Amino acid sequence: MVEATTHDGEVDGVRMDLISGARMDGLTSMEKIRLILDSVRDGDIVVLEQGLTPDEESRLIEVTMTEISPDDFSGIEIETYPRPTSSSGGFISRLTGSEEANKLTVIGPANQIETIEKDEEFISTLVSRQ
Amino acid sequence: MGLLTNLRDSISQVTDRLFSESEPKRIGIYGPPNAGKTTLANRIARDWTGDAVGPESHVPHETRRARRKEDVTIERNGKTVTIDIVDTPGVATKVDYRDFLDHDMGKEDAVKRSREATEGVAEAMHWLREDVDGVVYVLDSTNDPFTQVNTMLVGIIESQDLPVLIFANKTDLDEAEVKRVADAFPQHETVPLSALEGDNMDEVYEKIAAYFG
Repeated sequence: MVEATTHDGEVDGVRMDLISGARMDGLTSMEKIRLILDSVRDGDIVVLEQGLTPDEESRLIEVTMTEISPDDFSGIEIETYPRPTSSSGGFISRLTGSEEANKLTVIGPANQIETIEKDEEFISTLVSRQ
Repeated sequence: MGLLTNLRDSISQVTDRLFSESEPKRIGIYGPPNAGKTTLANRIARDWTGDAVGPESHVPHETRRARRKEDVTIERNGKTVTIDIVDTPGVATKVDYRDFLDHDMGKEDAVKRSREATEGVAEAMHWLREDVDGVVYVLDSTNDPFTQVNTMLVGIIESQDLPVLIFANKTDLDEAEVKRVADAFPQHETVPLSALEGDNMDEVYEKIAAYFG
């Protein structure tokens, strides 16, 4: 990640937080959502080694909506890799939680994500500084 | 009345509610903003009850509260289904009031609209987790269906084990690509339609009766 320094000496860059699956495993759903949104609201890009469950994604959208405020926070951009294939996993995988495994997820502040592109094997994002 | 009798009556009431054939199913109409959800809800409601559900608009987030039209009885091929249609706000992960300024709206109105829209999306997500029995997922077939919001929403619906139909809307437009929608979600049945023009509504009602009846 490229960093630049402003005239007053503060680092003017974009932080990227890579959060391991092990770190997330110890958290409740709301703690995960809080961790993500606190980082994103600070202008950081969050990369989750493992994704969220569908229920957590639903709550992430809901909580994000409640925190949007004009000229401050306009929401999130989110991409997962690879695309979730929930139909292939079926009921058993949902029960065992294996559905969320390997769902690398990139989340960032909507007002700083200029572009975010994805194909089967690649996520690319252009992020502006705040 | 004894404790056991009370308990038996309570259990009976719960099972009656759970298994009642006459209880209307709440079918949520979900999808991204501007997919034509309210146009579809109005088309269904007008066809079977004569009333509309809510105003339609080309401005995103026109629907900012979930609206319910109760007891819509649809009959097809001898099969009858009574549903409550729940028209929900378009789901998004971001809402910026500045996007509304392009639609001849002042800042105050745009901020108010965005605030209502965020509340509406949060409400729609809550409905999806708690209060719907089936989902019609509406997509604008002129747009790329491979978006993260669509993928997440369909995943959330599947995780709830809710029956879902994908409706590829706006087939009256030249740019419509129904196959692209069907290819995006091959695990679900895709029904092409134009809610605006009323095209292919016979199949729409057949599928609703078959899936949610």
